[in-house]
Order: sequence, then structure tokens, then C-alpha cells
Amino acid sequence: MLGPFDLHAIWRALPYLLLDGMRFTLTLTALAALGGLALGTTLALVRLTAAPILAALVAGYVNLMRSLPLVLVIFWFYFLVPYVYQWLSGGSRPVAVGAFWSALVTFTLFEAAYFSEIIRAGIQSIPRSQFEAGSALGLRKAQVMAHVILPQVLRMMLPVLLTQTIALFQDTSLVYVLSLTDFLGAASKIARRDGRLVEMYVFVALVYLVVCVLASRGVGALQRRLTPAPSVALRR
Amino acid sequence: MQYRWDWRIFWAPSPEGQSTYGDMIVAGLVTTLFLTCITALLAVAFGSLFGLLRSWPDARLNRLAKTWIELFRSIPLLVQLFLWYFVLPELLPEQAGNWLKALPNAPFLTAALAIGLFMSARFAVMLAAGISALPRGQLDAALALGLSLPRAYRHVVLPRVFRNLMPTLTSELINTAKNTSVALTIGVAELTARARAVQEFSFQVFEPYAVATACYLSINLVITLAMRGMERRLRVPGYLTA
Amino acid sequence: MNPCIRAAGWLVFALLLVPAFASRAQGSQGTIQKIKETGTISVGYRESSMPFSYLDDRQQPIGYAIDICKHVIEALKAEYNLPNLKTSLVPVTSSTRIPLLANGTIDLECGSTTNNADRQKQIAFGHSYFLTKSTFVARKSSRLSTLDDLKGKTVVSTAGSTNIVQLNKANAEKGLGINVIAANDHAEAFLTMETGRAAAFVMDDVIIASFVASSKDPSAFAVGTHAFSLPEPYGFMLRRNDPEFRAFVDKTTARFYATAGPALYSKWFESPIPPNGINLALPMSPQLKRAFARPSDSPDPTSY
Repeated sequence: MLGPFDLHAIWRALPYLLLDGMRFTLTLTALAALGGLALGTTLALVRLTAAPILAALVAGYVNLMRSLPLVLVIFWFYFLVPYVYQWLSGGSRPVAVGAFWSALVTFTLFEAAYFSEIIRAGIQSIPRSQFEAGSALGLRKAQVMAHVILPQVLRMMLPVLLTQTIALFQDTSLVYVLSLTDFLGAASKIARRDGRLVEMYVFVALVYLVVCVLASRGVGALQRRLTPAPSVALRR
Repeated sequence: MQYRWDWRIFWAPSPEGQSTYGDMIVAGLVTTLFLTCITALLAVAFGSLFGLLRSWPDARLNRLAKTWIELFRSIPLLVQLFLWYFVLPELLPEQAGNWLKALPNAPFLTAALAIGLFMSARFAVMLAAGISALPRGQLDAALALGLSLPRAYRHVVLPRVFRNLMPTLTSELINTAKNTSVALTIGVAELTARARAVQEFSFQVFEPYAVATACYLSINLVITLAMRGMERRLRVPGYLTA
Repeated sequence: MNPCIRAAGWLVFALLLVPAFASRAQGSQGTIQKIKETGTISVGYRESSMPFSYLDDRQQPIGYAIDICKHVIEALKAEYNLPNLKTSLVPVTSSTRIPLLANGTIDLECGSTTNNADRQKQIAFGHSYFLTKSTFVARKSSRLSTLDDLKGKTVVSTAGSTNIVQLNKANAEKGLGINVIAANDHAEAFLTMETGRAAAFVMDDVIIASFVASSKDPSAFAVGTHAFSLPEPYGFMLRRNDPEFRAFVDKTTARFYATAGPALYSKWFESPIPPNGINLALPMSPQLKRAFARPSDSPDPTSY
């Protein structure tokens, strides 16, 4: 019914797939990762240092996000964000938020929960003595955190953060449920228009496979550089 | 242009026939639970197999397991689901393809398989990591006592690894339950899909999603408590575990 | 962390969210005011509602409903002296269109939305611009034509459409044991039927006709004889309780239908259309002629 595998169909669709689709996916991934990291670090700091009620609130948020399927969260935010904007800005009507911004807000808020857990684990693994040494040197708490602790945490946790970003890169494909044109969305549209399902989905799978395998291997290499010999030596 | 909350909609009759909107959500929840169970079984079975092979002292089996893990981990779940659902039947001989398409509940079965295999890679990684974290001396000691390699794994390595992995296992099971929601893209009427259907027909957006949210939180709670109970029952006196 | 504290955290968080958008009760401002302030009008379009609202081969939305909306936007620019009014195009699906209209993401939906009484409780419709009945399409080889033929089969329709409601209703009332699958949009639904994943696709006959015509082999499909409904009107959606915008749209479209309606109809239904140059060759129905002569937003099929 669908005919033989047609490489030409992919070739013809390539500009659209890459310029529209992949650009959307990569922009969304990059901005959501940066936003998620910033917000996630803030959440982790609040959770570890702020008043118990505030910390519990943040913990509630993080656990809630981590307990829900991303598809459901995407639906929630797609319809909720305009009302929240209205509330924040005190306006008299919901604010129109474009599809891209809505997706960006969703993924940023969702990923922030995961990033905050990574950062929190990192901070907790730093020996207490470093905090004490910092304050003994006359640094304020915030200074110790900013200049002593966080740089180490980010460096130590970089491989985990990058692995999470690769997962985010894959998860952005779920904007399909909102009919947005990410890489998969673009391929789906072409696939249906031209009746080239097999070619398009196989091509999309291969691109994701290659990108993610290379990225994961890169992260693996980075991890070995950041943590040389000791971990191996300890294991034997 | 305010949002008007109306929680009574769950008792209102749905346009689908004799049931109410509340019934729709319940039916979705049942499908999600069912799908989660089948998916989790598949994921644990394949995950255990390939996790074991990944750590087995045999280079070829190692590579095989590594390929399996990389393959299923590096393609987004949604794309894998489409490959199984739309692409596979076209690649098979025509008769086999048609048989596959005509299966009753084809979307459900496809989703169970796709999500199960996707999660199996994560279970395999978890198991392999658990095995390599175990002090090597344990396996050596078992082998020195004259146990064969399979027996050493069966009686010494795996029992300890599984106990150590209980917390990670819990969170991966929760992930499995969460990932079943992706099945809505191929038409499985699971919880999120039904919540969306209630939204479409009742025009109340947030109530159905709020109830679905509460359902997912309850599923998490049940899994967490069940696993905690199991952990307690399996605990070996004298071992320090979390 | 202690599970009790965790649960309490969730609860507090949820409680914080609720008043966020539940407590503000004040008068709503109209769409015209919003358009003037923001300098932008957001229009929702469909990706595969051919020939009403769909993507051409450069992935730009085109279609019969899009043309009518473009005319409305041009009239807006002239009437309110907004030469720089920007149009932002938002893709919507059957399941997202109504909430997106309500939450302000779109101001006007130009697609193929059936105007019915249930929906009129939530949103308003402009004057009807087409009427179509709900039926089904199947592969010719499966020889399905009546409702009874669908007994025990897997049948697909689009999530959030009136068609899937009618299908479910018929299924429940007659005890047909049909396994209903909900697809994300029309194209996915047709694909599900075309590839054999479902025996039939329940949809408005005009949408079915355009999918069949643009498929690789139109002769491979047969349209069922069963109608799930009378010809129901299509209209574009506006927010409710917005008399100023509503009046403007009605005034503009009434004049447009009377003067340019038939020509526009013939451009999309009786001539070759992009992207593949198919011609639906669908003459104008007497109901639509009446609807053009006496513009109406009535959801009642018998009033046309």
C-alpha cells in the first residue's frame, strides 16, 4: 500500500524537517535546559536553606512534578499558563501565550523539578567541613554557596545534568500531542501528506538514535575525565 | 473571561451514552492500571535479562546487551511507539501485517510492548549498575567455594543486588506508570486520554485534569507503599540497608 | 523526607494554585479592545481540515474558512484604522480549540467546527458557512456501507469532534460493540483507516471527500450510506459575551457572503485546489444557498 522505501521523499522534506522541525526541538531543548537549571538550582537552595514552610512548599512542587506524566503536565500548562499570566500581571483577561512559549514554560517548570533534585544531591554530597571552612574564612553563607559549593556541584554533576538534558531532548517530542511542529511533528505532517510513513518515522528514529548515542558517549567520556582513577580503584 | 469551576460535571451524563463523566475517568484509570501491570512485567523481564547479560563475563553477550540498551534508550518513546504501530506492519509480509493490524485491542498491545521494551533498557541499566556496585569479592568468594557462575549469580549476587536496588526499582516502576500515558497518541483510552475526552465534551478543562492528577498521585503512593512493604519483608537481618 | 510533610506540601501547593485563577471576578473586556492594545489578532487554524483550513506544501494555512477569516481581518484593519495589525496563526486540534479560545490564546477559530447547541453554551459562533452530515469511509475491499456493517469492528474518529460523540452514542444505543479509537486529528484518523488499523473512519462527509480525493488511490475507498446526523452547520468560533466583536464579525460576513460567497465557494469546492490540484466538484447545497442569503448562527440543522 505504501510502496517501496523512497529516500528521495526524505531528501525533498529535509529542509523543512531540519529548518522548521529540528530548529524548534533544539531551541526548546536548549532554552528549557538553561531555564530549568537556573530555576532548579534556586529550588534546591530554597529547599536546603529556607524556612521549613517554604522548603516544604518547594518539596511539594518538586514531588508533584516528578509524580505526573509529562503528557498530562503538557495539557495542564497549555491551558493554564494564560490564566497564570493574567493572575501575575493583574490583567483583566487571560494573556495569549504562543505555542512555543507555552511549551517552553512547561518544559522549564517540569525540568526544574528534576534539575533541582540533581543539584540538591550534589550539594548534600559536599562535606560539611567545606561550609565551616568557608565561614571560618569570613565568607557569608551566600558567598560560600556561590563561590565554594555551587561551582563544585555543577562540575561534579555536569554528566548527570547533561544526561538529563539528553532525556529532555527526547521528551520534547511529546509536544506532538499539541500539534506543534517539532522534529517529529514536522516528519508526521510530511508522512501523512505524502503517504511516506515508513520513511519518515524510520528517518526520525535514526536521527534521534545517532544524536543521542553520540551525546551519551560524549557524556561518558566527560565523566571519565572528571572522575579519573579513584572510582575504578575503589571498585576493585 | 474567568474560569468557572464546576465539580458537578463528574456526575453529569457524558454524551457517549449511558455513563457519566465520572465513569469515563474510572474506565481510564482501570486501563492505565492494567497497562501499567503488563508493561512493568515486560520491562522487568527483559530488563533483568539484558541487565544480567550486560554484566556477564562474556564480551559478545556484553556487546549485545549494550546495543539493546543504547537502542531503546536513545529513541524517544513516542517515536518508538510509532515505529511499532505504524511502521512494523508495513515491513512485515502482507499477511502478517494485516493480521497484526486486525488484532482486537491492537493499540493496547502495541503500547504495552513498546513501553515495556523502552523501560526494559532502563531496568537493564539499573541492574547492571547494581551488579557492578557490589564488591567483586562476593562473586570471587562464591566461585572459590565451587559454585558455578550461574549459581553464584542466582544465590549470591542477585539476591543482594535486588535488595540494594529496591528504591531505584520503585522509582522506575513509577516511571513505567507515568509513561503509559504516551499510549494516548495511538488511541488507547487510558487515564490521560479519558481526562482529555472529558475536557473536550464537558468544556471544563481543569477539573478532569485535576482528578487525573490525583489518580496518578495515588498510583505513585500505592507503588511506593507496596514496594516499601516488600522491602521490609525481604530484609536480611544484620545488613545495613536504607 | 517524611511522607506526611510531603503530602502536606502537595496540598498547600495545590491550594495556592486554585485561587490563582478562580477568585478574580470582574467584567471582561472585549476582543476588539484586546486587539487594539496588543496590535495582534490570534487566529486558530486546523492542519488537516481540507478544504476549510489546512496546510499547503509550504506548510502555510490556507482554505475556504481561512479566506473568510482573512477578509474579516482586513475589514478590522479598515474599520478600526489598524493598518499594522499583526496576525498570529496558532495550530489547534479538535480537542484544544475550545479551551484555547476561552483562555485567550486564540481570538477567532477558522476551521471546520460544527455549530451545535452544547457548544453554544461555552462559545459563540459566527454565521454558518457550510453544512455537512456525519458519515463514515472505509476501504472498498472491506465492503462496509451500513451502520450494522460496523458491528464489532474497530472504528476511528477524531478526538473532540462531534462525530466521535455521535459514533459513541449510536454504539451504546444499538449495542453494536464497536471498538472506538480516538485519533489526534483528521489526518491521523484517516491514516489509521487507510493503513488498516481501523475498519472505518467516522467524519463529516466533506472532510472525508477531500481526504479520499487527495489520497493516492481514491478508488480504493467507499463512503458509507449511513448518516449519523442531518447536515449540520460549520461556523467560526468567537468568545461568548463579546457583543462588539460579534456584531462586527456578523456584519462583515453577512455582506461578504452575499457578494463574494458563491465565488469563494466555487474557488474551493468546484475548482482544483492546492497542494495537489484536486477538484472536489461539490455543487453548493440548497441549505448553504439559504444560509448565504439569510446569514444565521443557528445550531439547528432543520432551520437551514
